[in-house]
Amino acid sequence: MPTLQEIALKTDGADARIVSGHRMCSGCGIGPLIKTVLAASDKPVIVLNATGCLEVTTSVYPFTAWNTPWMHLTFENAAAVAAGVESAYRSLKRRGKIDSEVNILAVGGDGGTYDIGFQALSGALERKHKFMYLVYDNEGYMNTGNQRSGATPFGASTTTVPAGKVSNGKPQWRKNLVEIVAAHRIPYVGQAAVHNTLDLYKKAQKGFNADGPAVLAVLQPCTTNWSFDPALTMQYSKLAVETNFWPLYEIENGVVHVNTKPSNRKPIEEFLKGQTRFRHLFKPGNEHVIVEMQKMIDDEWARLLKLEESGIQF
Amino acid sequence: MSERKTWQELELGVELPAATSLGYKTGGWRVLRPVWNASECIHCMICVNYCPDMAIPVTKSEEGVAGKGGRLFKGVVRLETNLDYCKGCGICAHECPTKCLSMIREEEAEQASCKL
Amino acid sequence: MGVRKAITGAEAAAEAMRQINPDVVVAYPITPQTPIVEQFAKYVADGIVDTEMVPVESEHSAMSATVGAEAAGARAMSATSSQGLALMWEIVAATPGLRLPIVMPLVNRTISAPLNIHCDHSDVMGVTTVGWIQIFSENAQEVYENLLLAIRVAEDTRVQLPAMVNQDGFITSHAVEPVEIFDDAAVRTFVGVRPLDRGLLDLQHVRTIGAMVLPDYLLEVKRAQEEAMMHVFEVYAEAGKELSAITGHQYPFFETYRTEDADAVIVVLNSAAGTAKVAVDAMRALGKKVGLLKPILFRPFPYAEVRDALKDVPVVGVLDRSMDFGAYAPVYTEIRNVLFELDRRPTTQSYIYGLGGRDIMATEIESVFEELLSGKLDPEHQRYIGLRG
Repeated sequence: MPTLQEIALKTDGADARIVSGHRMCSGCGIGPLIKTVLAASDKPVIVLNATGCLEVTTSVYPFTAWNTPWMHLTFENAAAVAAGVESAYRSLKRRGKIDSEVNILAVGGDGGTYDIGFQALSGALERKHKFMYLVYDNEGYMNTGNQRSGATPFGASTTTVPAGKVSNGKPQWRKNLVEIVAAHRIPYVGQAAVHNTLDLYKKAQKGFNADGPAVLAVLQPCTTNWSFDPALTMQYSKLAVETNFWPLYEIENGVVHVNTKPSNRKPIEEFLKGQTRFRHLFKPGNEHVIVEMQKMIDDEWARLLKLEESGIQF
Repeated sequence: MSERKTWQELELGVELPAATSLGYKTGGWRVLRPVWNASECIHCMICVNYCPDMAIPVTKSEEGVAGKGGRLFKGVVRLETNLDYCKGCGICAHECPTKCLSMIREEEAEQASCKL
Repeated sequence: MGVRKAITGAEAAAEAMRQINPDVVVAYPITPQTPIVEQFAKYVADGIVDTEMVPVESEHSAMSATVGAEAAGARAMSATSSQGLALMWEIVAATPGLRLPIVMPLVNRTISAPLNIHCDHSDVMGVTTVGWIQIFSENAQEVYENLLLAIRVAEDTRVQLPAMVNQDGFITSHAVEPVEIFDDAAVRTFVGVRPLDRGLLDLQHVRTIGAMVLPDYLLEVKRAQEEAMMHVFEVYAEAGKELSAITGHQYPFFETYRTEDADAVIVVLNSAAGTAKVAVDAMRALGKKVGLLKPILFRPFPYAEVRDALKDVPVVGVLDRSMDFGAYAPVYTEIRNVLFELDRRPTTQSYIYGLGGRDIMATEIESVFEELLSGKLDPEHQRYIGLRG
């Protein structure tokens, strides 16, 4: 079992695969998220990064925060680039040009994953390249100032679907990426949250060690565009789990396992309050939106437990 | 500020060697400064693992360091926050289980260090 | 001496790829490129090559994965046509800036709409500004040899730029011709092995590839890229000389055919140059002094050399297999640029031909020569070969 001490040691000093001097916003959870995931690999990691917050803040020439082989190509193709790297790795290994072992990590935000990068991801999973795809999910295009994505939750106000006199923000529920990628019959899919370091680390380990493609989806509360005090990033992550808004679960070889079952799930208002994108929901007359949201969360949670209980494999 | 490279001096395909961002100090962004009271610390590593700026260094201590309640903490222990990079988000102070970290305004900290 | 095989242009490309035996080939099928991929897949299936072949879900991913493999340190190839090139355009445009020497056959086909699967050059002419080396091939033999040459030029340390090798869709890609395939061992020595030293998989040198470059450096990056492109001429000539030792063929930047003493010269790319040679011979047989200039290396464009070849020609007709709506056609534009520096410039005339696979006959080219010799020209307005109405 890993300990917080072991993880801390791996994320500091010469062993750190990502270092200080990056330009993420103060309090951004992507930092702890990516350093924890990278620490979970017992082999060198090659990172293929989609355009997004992580990419732009870590690679402004001539400064790079990466202490591991890293590449950015464009927005929608991190999984395809990873597929190319993995194919090169297998080819060069077979031909005796290299002998080292590596892990390959593709990483993107929700925009680069749920939306524009979805086809490349699906293709790479279907072809069973051995790599892990990490999505840090801040529920919209946060790098460019809070535009709607397929991961934006119901009721959230974004700059492209703002709340207004006749709008309560996004009218659709979010895409269920975890189940969609699990339908590719890949060996490992995990859903984690940035505040739960040990759970995140263990899931990243499983993903790296899986015998085939793995996907890790991690909620990443955005201090800038969800607009909360940067000190509260971990608190919002925790509340997302405690309200069942973002359950911690995994699908290992098709079998669903729910890692954390809050004994007393908190009402969704606990998560919503303090976030500018949900502020309109607390205006008189909009109570029904929160009621609807609560029902959807409870229904989804009940469904997830049933999936687990049934033992039916994905 | 170092001289910018000419086009003839650029790396092929603008490839960069590892970890050059260590030369980019983000501490200047800070409005609040974390103050660590080592005598209350239990070296739980929560702040270290949460730090978005990888700004809390750790070391392995065999002889141990004194922490909360005068106890000796051995193994992986944290050190002073690296203010070259800390952006002052306050996650460490907010999440600290023993409240051994607090945030003070940067100008207060500077005044205090001037007095010293 | 090689072995003569009756194969298509697509198969000739696949033969070159068989001999190159790349580390990785990533492709998505599209007419008329498909037979290249199919033939190469067969080589993989039969163990004739040990390439890692990745049949992806789109051309966008094809070029993305090719770039990934090349950046990892492999020698990677792809192949495409038309819409496929259009879909991968974003990544095609990103490749030269990363200085990745990917070599890709392009089977020229018109760009939709309207939908049409046949040959013209509207696909390649949409990417000539992004920084790939562009090489054109008249026939299957040239396709084969140009691909071998392209590997050496692209990967040379002075260059490190991607290269496309063009052939005409169906006309070249699907027509069977005798092609001389040279000795595997000699060709493999010529193409060599791509070193790992720039790759992500070179773990001794941890590197960041594709950093974000702001206004303080972008101009310098692009200037360096231009310099690399200018080195193509010398490298192309050197590598061409080495390849000649195997093939006995020459590798000029362009081919001239009976241009000495010519009163009129036609400039045309790819397979139509073959037809034009027939027309030149027919005209010469009638005592008419006409000739042909066939550009081969189109990017970088050898302005000075082409100027020298055309400086004493009174009339130059340029045949373009694509249009640039509201502007001069692409090849015509280059030829006009070539001639500008001359004190006594030839008269020029632009012709559009062969769009969407419309055949061009030797007799039509003869008519063009007649028109060029007649002096009834209008250099500022393009004419259309075989247009109704």
